[in-house]
Amino acid sequence: MTETETPVVGAKHLQWMTATVREVIDETPRVRTLVLDIPDWPGHKAGQHVDVRLTSDDGYQAQRSYSIASAPDAPHVMLTVERLPDGEVSSYLAGDLRAGDQFELRGPIGGYFVWTSALAGPVFLVGGGSGVVPLMAMLRHRATAKSAVPATLLYSSRSEADIIYRDELMHLAGQGDGFTLAHTLTREQPAGWNGLKRRIDRDMLQTVGFAADMQPRIFICGPTPLVEAAARDLRDLGHPPSLIKTERFGPSGK
Amino acid sequence: MSTPPISRGFHGRGPSGKSARIPPGQHLVTDFPVLSAGPTPEPDLANWRFTLSDGESPLGEWTWEQFNALPQTDLTVDIHCVTTWSKLDTTWRGVSIDTLLEAAGLSEPPGPFVLIDCEGGYTTNVPSEDLLDGKAMVATQFDGEPLDPEHGGPARLLVPHLYFWKSAKWVRRLQFLDSEIPGFWEENGYHIYGDPWREQRYDGD
Repeated sequence: MTETETPVVGAKHLQWMTATVREVIDETPRVRTLVLDIPDWPGHKAGQHVDVRLTSDDGYQAQRSYSIASAPDAPHVMLTVERLPDGEVSSYLAGDLRAGDQFELRGPIGGYFVWTSALAGPVFLVGGGSGVVPLMAMLRHRATAKSAVPATLLYSSRSEADIIYRDELMHLAGQGDGFTLAHTLTREQPAGWNGLKRRIDRDMLQTVGFAADMQPRIFICGPTPLVEAAARDLRDLGHPPSLIKTERFGPSGK
Repeated sequence: MSTPPISRGFHGRGPSGKSARIPPGQHLVTDFPVLSAGPTPEPDLANWRFTLSDGESPLGEWTWEQFNALPQTDLTVDIHCVTTWSKLDTTWRGVSIDTLLEAAGLSEPPGPFVLIDCEGGYTTNVPSEDLLDGKAMVATQFDGEPLDPEHGGPARLLVPHLYFWKSAKWVRRLQFLDSEIPGFWEENGYHIYGDPWREQRYDGD
């Protein structure tokens, strides 16, 4: 917790910018990626987020935060949004929205839950559901930067159909460049599934992750109960709290 | 400022859903979301100490028992998180900063700024006057129950008129200072003061 990264938001006011939707990609039945054109985008680091603001034709506005899914060096900024039950903003972004539509955003925001390829040491990513989004930005960044830093993603989904970025993750894991992928499916497994099939627990973190003496940088993102439990278990396994960075989401994302 | 683009087909909950108690850019929630940058510390009441200091010089220190023997204050307040949720009528019990200063034998804060230190290394900063006159407390109970560790238990600062990151979890020390030192999120791009009614979310807002 005492380790801080360089502040990314400078003294300059974070301006609202207009994003135009270039493409919409369905990731799962409830999750969708928005590929955006943002003319004045200042660049970002993997793990940062943006604030999105929607304006209706009667002037009503609503604002929420979303993680950036794309790598810093990608040609377009991408957000991945999960449609939440009763989600005022998410049900629009992952529902009605289509190519050509516009909304406002500002960012990038957050200088803490951030990974760059310049950081040494292995990196252990633990994600649940759409908590994988900022972790994917890190993995995409690692791949495009041709980083050789050992990386492992432990990713918990309810079922195979709920896995976001499934094909791309499988592709990244097949590169033989030091990235290891472990899925766990907590509710429903396809026939013949021989992978993990329970909630993330201490044994799983120990087996899948790096030993504490390797001092991995750990990033955990997901629903609060998953994040709370994984952070506690990793601390109990001897990982120093200063190397465990967490980001939570929950019903607050509504 | 130029006119924002209209998001075609977006209606949202509409202005009728807004209460005059919800600051700009915020929305109402009924649950209590958790946001922390790292692991939740295990409560250790036997070794828990709460300290007021003038710079590094201690002004007062309390064990858990001593702290709970101080006069307690109840507060019912609205809270506003920078991640855009607001929660109304939350009820807290704890020790007001006025009471703490008095218990330390002080009639006023020894410096105009405060740096708040927490278990796990988190810090935040507020001007001293924002902690006085019943505006802030060190809270040990939420909704009539001991404060959950994930919500900052055993004790968190409560400064409800500022964005909720200022209400630091797992608080251990209030350090009074002559000049302002930015805390953790304030060093990481967030606003130095954080008034939700002026929507001071980020540096420069």
